[in-house]
Amino acid sequence: MKRPALTGFAMACVLFLQGCAGWQSALDPKGPAANELAWLIWFFTALCALIWVLVMIALAAPLLMRPRAPSEPLVLNAGAEHRKLRVVLIAVAMTVSVVVGLTLLSFFANRTLAAIGSGAALTIRVTGHQWWWEVRYEDATPNRILTTANEIHIPAGEPVRLLLTSTDVIHSFWVPSLSGKLDLIPGRINVLDIKADKPGVYRGQCAEFCGAQHANMGTFIIAEPRARFDAWWNDQLRPARSPASGEAKTGEDLFLHRPCVMCHRIGGTPAGGTVAPDLTHIASRRTLAAGTLTMSRGNLAAWIADPQGVKPGAHMPVMELNGDELNAIVAYLEGLK
Amino acid sequence: MTHGAVTLLLVILALTGCQREERDTRPQSALGSGEQPTPVTTLEPGGQRPSPADNKAASFEANAFHLSEGKRLFGWFNCSGCHANGGGGMGPALMDEKWLYGSSIESIHATIRDGRPKGMPSFHDKIPDDQIWELAAFVRSLSGNVPSSAAPQRNDDMMPHPSENRLPDAATLGKSP
Ligand code: HEC
Ligand code: HEC
Ligand SMILES: [Cu+2]
Repeated sequence: MKRPALTGFAMACVLFLQGCAGWQSALDPKGPAANELAWLIWFFTALCALIWVLVMIALAAPLLMRPRAPSEPLVLNAGAEHRKLRVVLIAVAMTVSVVVGLTLLSFFANRTLAAIGSGAALTIRVTGHQWWWEVRYEDATPNRILTTANEIHIPAGEPVRLLLTSTDVIHSFWVPSLSGKLDLIPGRINVLDIKADKPGVYRGQCAEFCGAQHANMGTFIIAEPRARFDAWWNDQLRPARSPASGEAKTGEDLFLHRPCVMCHRIGGTPAGGTVAPDLTHIASRRTLAAGTLTMSRGNLAAWIADPQGVKPGAHMPVMELNGDELNAIVAYLEGLK
Repeated sequence: MTHGAVTLLLVILALTGCQREERDTRPQSALGSGEQPTPVTTLEPGGQRPSPADNKAASFEANAFHLSEGKRLFGWFNCSGCHANGGGGMGPALMDEKWLYGSSIESIHATIRDGRPKGMPSFHDKIPDDQIWELAAFVRSLSGNVPSSAAPQRNDDMMPHPSENRLPDAATLGKSP
């Protein structure tokens, strides 16, 4: 390769590595569990690459060397036989020690992962649905239990215990920047402990194929300083804001008299459905429909007018609303901060 | 040569199976009115105009996707609160051969949409029309009134009856015709 081509190639490689950073990357760890895993990934990759290179050299060497005169097949040469046997034995011993060594490494990494959750003060129940996440903050005081969807706020620097389950099919919870993945299985509770070292937003994704909209089943972990987190929790416990304008009031009435009320809950109103995301503070979330659309008035309208166009197969049906009705409902939901 | 032709034929035959589960998730008139299209005239080329409801009924009942959606919604919309899993509770049983208001999918659709006097609520504004058809088709599957090739499969929880696709065919009462 010529000089400029080589430089170009190297630069492209560096650019590609750039893709490994960001809010959803196992190679850019932001918590102790992900750190441990990233270290394992790099070590395994480096060691295996080294072994591959050594094996290739060992294979290439005899090919490149000048062929020796063929030895007489019937003449015994004990010395050469022994040397060959020793080479084979050394190779076997090295293979065994590499395999055992790597197994031990991952065993100790697993031990570290299991220890992360010790002393977790906060327990969050995450339930997978086709194709969104129900998030429930457990508390000893019943009126502090909080149910929300798709966004998981946690205090930064503290271990948090997640109880994972599902109501329909198997999903898998994976926030690469913070931890490894763990399945959500109907009728079973799996425990995953996570910890974010620093405040930030980390994206997660369902990692077990679960149907038509598996790709659009994202989640966000939002790590905040403890004080901000507590303020957020208290704020979310409020019932929904009452509509601020006449249009929003109409929107509330429509919401309560149309199919919406069959599936969704809005705290402080008669809407008590539990089969779809809780909308009490929908406007305080960053995205709609499990990370499919960013939150905005236009996207809210787009989603409600035609959920099957945005997320075909999602379990929210297309409803018959005219333009005024749609606007009113959007005005109402937009105020649910 | 004949082998190729036979394979091709078999593949084409297998493809027809895809229709069983064709997923149509958008009603014909998105953002339109919920009423059945009103014919402007009864004069039609060829005479008798097929009722639009009939088309829908047939296509929903033979479609595994719509039937399983109906099954999911039966729980989601709490029909099971009054009818249990078909065995009946405060509302009548839906898995037997007795029908208070008729067994046709149109009359079941009307029951769900408009309600019935002795305690069946109206879901007219609460359930979009296509979902009412899905529910009606599923209710019929509870007593073996839909093709077993399309009827839903077993539940995860205990049920008072076998899965819908294993119920005897209501038309022949399980006897082969
Ligand atoms: C049959 C049940 C059902 C009905 C009826 C229904 N929805 Fe939904 N809705 C859902 C489900 C399920 C989701 C989650 C979809 C997904 O992300 O896959 C959802 C998602 C949403 C979201 C996004 C929530 C979030 O956290 O991102 C909004 C907003 C919403 N629905 C508004 C409405 C409005 C307004 C109506 C009435 C006009 C309505 N829905 C009627 C089931 C329903
Ligand atoms: C509040 C309780 C209640 C709920 C909820 C309810 N039903 Fe009913 N349903 C009844 C009662 C009571 C009757 C009998 C009405 C009568 O005899 O006039 C009935 C009758 C019916 C019938 C007619 C049965 C026949 O023999 O002709 C059907 C079909 C039916 N319900 C389906 C449904 C479906 C589907 C749902 C869910 C969307 C539902 N019901 C929800 C109470 C309920
Ligand atoms: Cu998935």
